Amino acid sequence: MYLIYIICGLGIVSLLAEIFNFKKALLPIIMLGLLAAIGVAAVGENTGLAFSGMVLFDRFSVVYSTMIVAIAFCWFWMAYSYFHNRPYLTDQSALVLFSIVGAVILTAFANMAMLFLGIEILSIALYALSGSKKNNLFSTESSFKYFLMGSFATGFLLMGIALVYGATGSFELMSIQTASTNGAQPLPSFFYVGVLLILVGISFKVSVVPFHFWAPDVYEGAPTPITAFMSTIVKMAAFAALIRLFTVCFAATSITWLVVFYVMCVLTLLVSSVSAVYQSNVKRMLAYSSVGHAGYILIAIVSGGNVGGLVSYYLAGYAVASLIAFAVIHQIEESGRTVFLSDFQGLFRKSPWLAVSMTIALLSLAGIPPLAGFFGKYLLLTQAIGNGHLALALVAIFTSLIGVYYYFKVIIAMYSAVGSDQNIMISTSQKALLFILVTLVVVLGVFPDWFTFL
Amino acid sequence: MKTAQGIPLDYYLWLSAALFTIGVLGVLYRRNAIVIFMCIELMLNAVNLLLVAFSNYYSDASGQVFVFFIMAVAAAEVAVGLAILMLMYRNTKTTDINILNRLKW
Repeated sequence: MYLIYIICGLGIVSLLAEIFNFKKALLPIIMLGLLAAIGVAAVGENTGLAFSGMVLFDRFSVVYSTMIVAIAFCWFWMAYSYFHNRPYLTDQSALVLFSIVGAVILTAFANMAMLFLGIEILSIALYALSGSKKNNLFSTESSFKYFLMGSFATGFLLMGIALVYGATGSFELMSIQTASTNGAQPLPSFFYVGVLLILVGISFKVSVVPFHFWAPDVYEGAPTPITAFMSTIVKMAAFAALIRLFTVCFAATSITWLVVFYVMCVLTLLVSSVSAVYQSNVKRMLAYSSVGHAGYILIAIVSGGNVGGLVSYYLAGYAVASLIAFAVIHQIEESGRTVFLSDFQGLFRKSPWLAVSMTIALLSLAGIPPLAGFFGKYLLLTQAIGNGHLALALVAIFTSLIGVYYYFKVIIAMYSAVGSDQNIMISTSQKALLFILVTLVVVLGVFPDWFTFL
Repeated sequence: MKTAQGIPLDYYLWLSAALFTIGVLGVLYRRNAIVIFMCIELMLNAVNLLLVAFSNYYSDASGQVFVFFIMAVAAAEVAVGLAILMLMYRNTKTTDINILNRLKW
């Protein structure tokens, strides 16, 4: 609850920075504020219902919101050079902060109204942000596509919420859960239609196949820091919402949605890995890889068990690794280059820091031990096999082998001898950030049971 | 028979399902960005209609409050959307979405 106040307050402060002219001090203020927010989120002293029962800060939301705020802190660190000395610094950082509020609400909603508002707060700010390179046609196009697909998905989500409300007479998750659990009177059939429409709406947000087609376009066109934001924080928040909704609220009616998730999971794994192989733009390849990771997370939801804990560990490893990858891409773009596979030729000689960090990030995304990505996948697959989903696990292993291929294309390019030109200089603070994130990936991998307590 | 304001609840369901479908088909088939915006609004208004009908049926105000949320958020969404459309129009001089094909695999 205080977490929401703090981040909203920071957003308002960054709007005031324009009026009272303390733009120079703004980014340090935001980062200090987010550090305080991490502390408040982790302590989670306000465990329980807040805001007249609209928001519930339980253990699940404490873990997820802490992760989101921590990644947001690293994100501001990474985007420092993007914001620095640019006009609209105050507006853009305010939009980012408000969209973090939406993400936090998505981890903690106890009412369908908050689900809707959380998704909209998160998305509307991002529609504007992904178009923030105003003269760049790619950025405009990406923002327009994101807007169209986002509001289309919202339509489905709302129709689903309306039908579920019509069937159960309530927007509260607890009441919906009780109404669908005890079968005193059978639910009308449109309840199940509603559940499936909500599923479609959220599937757009987490970008799983067949609702993924916007993701590569949007990720490629948006400014790189915003892409990093979308592929880490938005994904974490959307998955938190999905898990909260389906494994808790609609758990009793899993017979309607489980098979849909199963099919989407298999499709996501196959389509994303096959498409990623054919990409020459590394940013676009990472977009497909992010779609693929959504598929792995769906395995946890399909196979059941300790979904919240497993997914939180997987998402932490994924988010840190993909933040490193986008930070490296951002640095390469800042030096005035493009990010096609050919631009990665000989990166090791241009900048060993970038090349080594990128290597570790991609190895973790590919699932090579002892990094975080490996244990995330390992825990998911053991759970899936233990609960009798051997076929699903085999598909996942097959697609991660394809994954190794396309991640290694980038790694091999970076260490090749050709394509030498001038060095890429990166600032000390970015080096420190990369160092911390790389350490985090290794530490998460070495101590995988840190996160499985949820 | 379940009724809201004397009209069977099923009628509301069918009407809003029809409106919603028209909206979805419009988004999928129309090529002009402004018409697509209108179709998205149609989807949201189908939802509003349904929520008000259910709210009346259950004599529960929360459904109508939700409608206000939807209206406010839809207004915000359209404001951002039209701004993005303006940006696109300045760059391309058209509102036809077939122009959006630069980003493709």
